[in-house]
Parts: sequence; structure tokens; C-alpha cells
Amino acid sequence: MSEILVKNGYVYDPKNGVHGDVMDIAIRDDKIVDKVSPNAKVIDASGKVVMAGGIDIHAHVAGPKVNVGRNMRPEDKLFNTSKRGKFTRSGGGFSVPSVFETGYVYSRMGYTQVNEAAMPPLLARHTHEEMADTPLIDQSAYTLLGNNWLVMEYIKRGEKDKLKAFVAWMLKATKGYCVKLVNPGGSEAWGWGMNCVNVSDPVPYFDVMPSEIISGLAEANEALNLPTSIHLHPNNLGHPGNYQTTLDSIKLLEGILPKNGKRDQVINFAHMQFHSYGGTTWKDFETEAQTIADSINKNKNMTVDVGFVTLDETTTMTADGPMEFYLHNTNHLKWANADIELETAAGVVPYVYSPKISVCGIQWAIGLELALLIDDPMQAFITTDHPNAGPFRRYPRIISWLMSNQARLDRLETLHKVVPDRVAIGGISRVFDFYDIAKMTRAGPARALGLGDMKGHLGVGADADVAIYNYNPKTMDPTTDPAGIEKAFTNTAYTIKGGDIVVIDGEVVSKGNKRTIWVDATNGAMDPAVMDDIEKKFLRFYSVTKNNYPVQDEYVARGLVIKPEVV
Amino acid sequence: MKKITLRPKDKEYMFLDADNVTPDNFAGKTLDEVRAVEIYEGNRTYALGDYFDVIGETDPDPNEVGVVIDGSIPKVKYIGMKMSAGKLLVKGSVGMYAGGWMTGGRLRINGDAGAYAGIAMEGGEVVIDGNAGDYLGANYRGDWRGMKGGKIVVSGNAGSDIGEAMVGGEIVVKGNADLQAGIHAHGGKIVIEGDAESRVGAQMTKGEIIVLGKIGYWLPGFIYKKDDQIEYDGTQYAVKVYQGDLGEGGKGKLYYAEA
Repeated sequence: MSEILVKNGYVYDPKNGVHGDVMDIAIRDDKIVDKVSPNAKVIDASGKVVMAGGIDIHAHVAGPKVNVGRNMRPEDKLFNTSKRGKFTRSGGGFSVPSVFETGYVYSRMGYTQVNEAAMPPLLARHTHEEMADTPLIDQSAYTLLGNNWLVMEYIKRGEKDKLKAFVAWMLKATKGYCVKLVNPGGSEAWGWGMNCVNVSDPVPYFDVMPSEIISGLAEANEALNLPTSIHLHPNNLGHPGNYQTTLDSIKLLEGILPKNGKRDQVINFAHMQFHSYGGTTWKDFETEAQTIADSINKNKNMTVDVGFVTLDETTTMTADGPMEFYLHNTNHLKWANADIELETAAGVVPYVYSPKISVCGIQWAIGLELALLIDDPMQAFITTDHPNAGPFRRYPRIISWLMSNQARLDRLETLHKVVPDRVAIGGISRVFDFYDIAKMTRAGPARALGLGDMKGHLGVGADADVAIYNYNPKTMDPTTDPAGIEKAFTNTAYTIKGGDIVVIDGEVVSKGNKRTIWVDATNGAMDPAVMDDIEKKFLRFYSVTKNNYPVQDEYVARGLVIKPEVV
Repeated sequence: MKKITLRPKDKEYMFLDADNVTPDNFAGKTLDEVRAVEIYEGNRTYALGDYFDVIGETDPDPNEVGVVIDGSIPKVKYIGMKMSAGKLLVKGSVGMYAGGWMTGGRLRINGDAGAYAGIAMEGGEVVIDGNAGDYLGANYRGDWRGMKGGKIVVSGNAGSDIGEAMVGGEIVVKGNADLQAGIHAHGGKIVIEGDAESRVGAQMTKGEIIVLGKIGYWLPGFIYKKDDQIEYDGTQYAVKVYQGDLGEGGKGKLYYAEA
């Protein structure tokens, strides 16, 4: 039995309404408890900010396309390497770090759970192998289903029960956590050299519309009572004027409430910054963040992760194949494309978000506007769609922008001269406090993932995931001290993960106790006819047999399976 | 200018990584501190003094530091890496990556330089009295931004792929150059006073290449534009001007004197 007492910190815990009160947090083994014995190890957190461990709801940190990014960008590791330490392996990479480095950097920032946002089912085993080698942080992976042939066929034929059974089988086969849609229909259309830029563009051959795929999978998701909602990377990412497509996508699920009482949303929109674009071309490109934020404010059954542009050189990677080809034609840098048989199609292209380029400056502003214009921080989460809009290691800088209007205005001044006219950020004076930041990085993502009881808070019974930051909210002022905020959030004083102290003063001091969370919803949902359909698809089309397809238990690092109640 | 001399000891080694041997890094250090500068053999760390006798003196201002390596060190890599000021003279040959990522100062090599001399250089001057290897003034693997500035002058011959992906600066080869000079160039200037082996300017989009000798096999992506006169090093040359590489929609210029 190990016991820790975190004493006298300024605690920010939105789920339990704790707003900077000076409190002690008691930990026994891997849980937070009421009190501990006098023998407990004491951590003095006086004059420091204490929050639950951070949760990244959307990042690309493991799997085949991340590895393609690593392979195709040796220059990303140049002068960005770290040496082996007592508890750490050597590693490197700025925008696509090695798996070990990924775990270390997140832990130093006080994060304890990171969710891989796009796992191609056929290559799920590789994704789990990489996650198993990513130390210190809990992980889950989102199973890509928005362009799956059987999904589209069931939706076309209106076979809802079969779709439900298939989704349950796929989540179990891939050891995935949620139903992820990336450019639904569009990535399959890319196999014909086409795309679906509106939710009503039919998918070639399959003859279903993205709108039907989104509604159909959302319905199956709710019918299975899955812990989290569907996560949607909407159609038409990153094009001027795409906010219309986004509004059309929002309309599809207006008014539908989740059956699962552990969350409020039926859909999480991924990297909404990329979907809030106005104008008609890059020449008259402008923000529509206000329009999208208004819509999210009206729809309390929806959440977004923002996907902030951080103005860095990075590596874009997504299961939106046509978008990556478009991007490659824009910047003429190297491009990788990968078609995953019956499932999805990904691409990888390096990208430099240059502060000197007007479009990049406007993108930067749109991300911040979106976060600041959405009223409830429990609906908008901090992400960079790592590494697409910027590397996750920039979260501390994003937090400093959100907490300081002056920091935003100072940055705005250094951008291209047309930027201030095309964005609204200069006129938004709202600043977030630590409580809001805790919502956007802890309580919010945990609730959206349906893990709100276990993660993202510091109440009794929660996982003992705690981040302690070297920042005194009583004597220091985040609105005038963005550099101090960035420094404090880059390296914690302590990160505790599952009751184990993993970081002290920015140094990794443990090999951790990572877990992989996945969902088994097959109970009561399976249908022999669906198994037959799956069998036929493997016999006819797949390059592997069905027997070689599901990820075996031994590939899942310290698996934690969640079995939803059958409703 | 204060002079500090490193004299190679008679010691066996495989290869050394000497990325700390620069005027910047020696400035303001005592001789003992210079002897303690880290140098790497494989994955092991040693002190510079293990491999070199160190004599002379340094100055706090790197601009006033002249480093002399008194001997030939063809198995020592990364000499002068990232140097920004001062002077560095090698009285012999050096290994790979000499003067890589340099931003200023002057590096002179009396002998030959290994591959990747002046890689991704941004400023300053590299003078090689002997021959240069492959990838002179080239980019780091995978990077689309090669040499950005500065000047490299080679008295002898150079290897293949010189100035790969260069975006600025100048490379002068007084002898011959091997295959694919200026491949992927997006800018900058390469002068080859001797002959250039085949595929000059492959996939270049911008920049200029001057060849005063002969070119071996030509790429089909270069189109003849006009006859012209250029002045180089005080001499007038009648040249044919070609544009390429059209395979990339390139607007690079190739001046061919066909001596």
C-alpha cells in the first residue's frame, strides 16, 4: 500500500466545484481517497496550482500514419533529440516525436491520458504496439468507421441492427474506444479520385450521403450506449467557406440527446478550427468562428475540440486522403498517401504555419476565437489536432494565449498586415482562469469521453492522476505573465499518474503504469448474419483473413475494458 | 586575433564527432576548459584533450578566436559545425560535415573535405584547398531547404549532388563536379569552372548554375533560351542560357560556356 498526501495546494476541480481553494488531496494506491495515514508521503503544494491529470481528447500519437510521418521527416528530429536518462530512453522529433518521447513530454506537461484520434482497423495491431511503447500515459484509440464498406452498405439498406452489431464487433476486434468518422464518405470517394465536400454529396458506387453516415453511426453509437459519442472530423476540412458544410453537419444531430447519462453530447466535432472558415478563396479567406460558436452555444448536446494553430513547422497527417493531396498541391512539399483497403485512406504532408503568411495568421486567430466565443468551456477542449495544427508540446503556449488578452494582442501585432481585418480576435477581451483551463483540459474531455467519474477530477474514488504546477495564483497574474504560464505548464512540479509519482520538477522519475482503455459492447448485440457478411468481405476483398484480423489481448498494454450496459 | 592550436595526438580511433570544435565554443575558455570540451567516439563521450594537444590562447570574443588544427584529421567529423564567428584553419584534410549549419566566420581546409561539407550552411565562408566530397553545400536528408547563404570555394574537384536543394548562397568549384550538381535547387548560385558530369540541375526550380567546362549527359527538362555574355571573375564568357528543370515547371537558369 502506498500513500501520498498533496498538501495545501490551490486546487482547481470543476467537477466538484473546487475553485482554487487550499486543500489537501489524499491518495492511496491508484485512487484518490478521503484521508491517509500519518505515514503517507507528503508533497508540499503550497503556492502551487493543483489539478487532475490532463486529458488530450484528440491527438495523433500512435499508428501507421504517425510512423509514416516519422519516416518521411528525418529533418524533424535534427537537433531535436534527447539522451537516455535513468528512467527514460533516448528519443526525438519536434512535430512527430518517437513514442517514448511522446509519453515523457505529455507527462511533463501534467497530462495523464492521451487518446489516439484515428486508428485504421486493419492496422489496429500496429497502433496498439506503439501505444504499448508510449510510457506513463493512459491511452485509447478511436476506430475509423466513417468510410467502411459494410457501414455504408448497412446504412444504404437501412439495416440498423446489423450496423449496430458490426460497430460493436469492430470496436472489439480493434480494441478501440470510440466510433470515429473522418471525412465520412469522402475518403472512400478518394479511391475514385473524388471527394465529398458537402454532407449531401453521394459516395460513388455506395450511393449513400455523408449525412446518412453521420446520422446512422450516431444512432448505432447511442443504441449501443457507448461511453463516448461519435467523434466527427467533418467533410471539407480546411477550405475557405467550409463553415456551411460544418453548419449542415451540426444540423444533423440537433435536439438528439444521449442515452448515456455520463455525458452530455451526441457528437464531438474534431479540430473545429479547421471547419470554421469563411470567404470563397484563400484571397478573401476570413473567420466564421462566431457563426460556428453561436451554433455550438445553441446545441448543448455537442462538444468540440478546437485544434489551435500554433504557428509552427509541423507535419499534417489525417485519414482524409483527398485533403492531404490538396494540401500537397498548395505547398508542393513531400506527400505520402495510403489506402487502407475497405476502410479508409490517409495522407501525410509537412506544413509550415508561417506567421508571415496571412492565411496562417487567420487560422491562428480562428482557433482562439472559437474557444473564447463558446460560452461553456465544458464544450470546447484544448487540442492542436496534434500534429496537424501544431505539436502538442505547444499546449502551454495556447493556455497562455487563452489566459492573457495582452499575449494575444502582442502576437497579433507580429502577423501579416491583413490578419486584423479578417479576424475578430482583437476585439475579444475574455480571458480564462485556471478553473476554465481545468474544464478545457480535464473535466470537459473526461465527461465527453464518458469517463467523468474515473478521470478529470480530484474527488474521492477518482483515479489518482494529479498535476501540480509551479504557479501561485494569488501572487502571480496570468493576464500579464504569459511567459510564466507557459513555463509552469511545460514542466510540472509533480505529475502523479495512477498513484505513482512520474515527474518531479520536469524530470521523469518513473517508468509509470500506463493503461489502454477500450470498449467491448458486443454483449447482446451480435448477429450471425453480420458475422456472415464480415466473413464474406474478408474472403472476397481483404488482403488478410478474418482470423488474422482482430487484435489479440496480448497486444493491449494493461488493458482496461469498459462494457456498456445493454439498454 | 588570438590563436589556439589543436595538434592531433598519435592515437587510434574509429571516427570522432567534433561538433564542439568552433571558435564560438572556445571563446573565453582557458586551455584546460578547452581540453575538457566534449568529443564523441560512437556513443561514448571523451575530452578533446584525449585526442589533441591544446596550446595557445583564446579571446572572450569569438570574432577574435582563431582555431588551428595542426594536422590532417580525415576521420574527425562536424569540425566547425554551427560556427558563427572567428576563424578555423585545418592544415590537412577533414572528415564529413565540416562547416555544417555554419552561420558566419571562416573555415579553411588545406586538404580535402569529406562529404556534406557546408551542409545547410546559412552564412560565412568555407574554403577547401583540396577536393570536396559528395553533397557539398547540400541539405540535411529529407529537408527541402538546403544551403541558405554564405560561400563555399573548392580549389579541386567536388563530388555528386553538390548544392542539393540550395535556396541561397554560392558554391564555386574550380575543378570538376560529379553528377547532379544543383539537384532540387530553389535558389542560390553554383559555378563549376571545370566539367560537370551528367544531369546538372535535376528538378531545380530556381537559382543559377554556371558551367564553364563541358556537361556530360543533359536532362531533357532544359530548354535553350538565348545566347548571352556573362562576366565571371573578371573574364567575359559567351554562354548559352538554358531554363529548367521543366519537369518541375522550373525557372532555374543554366549558363553553359562549352569551353
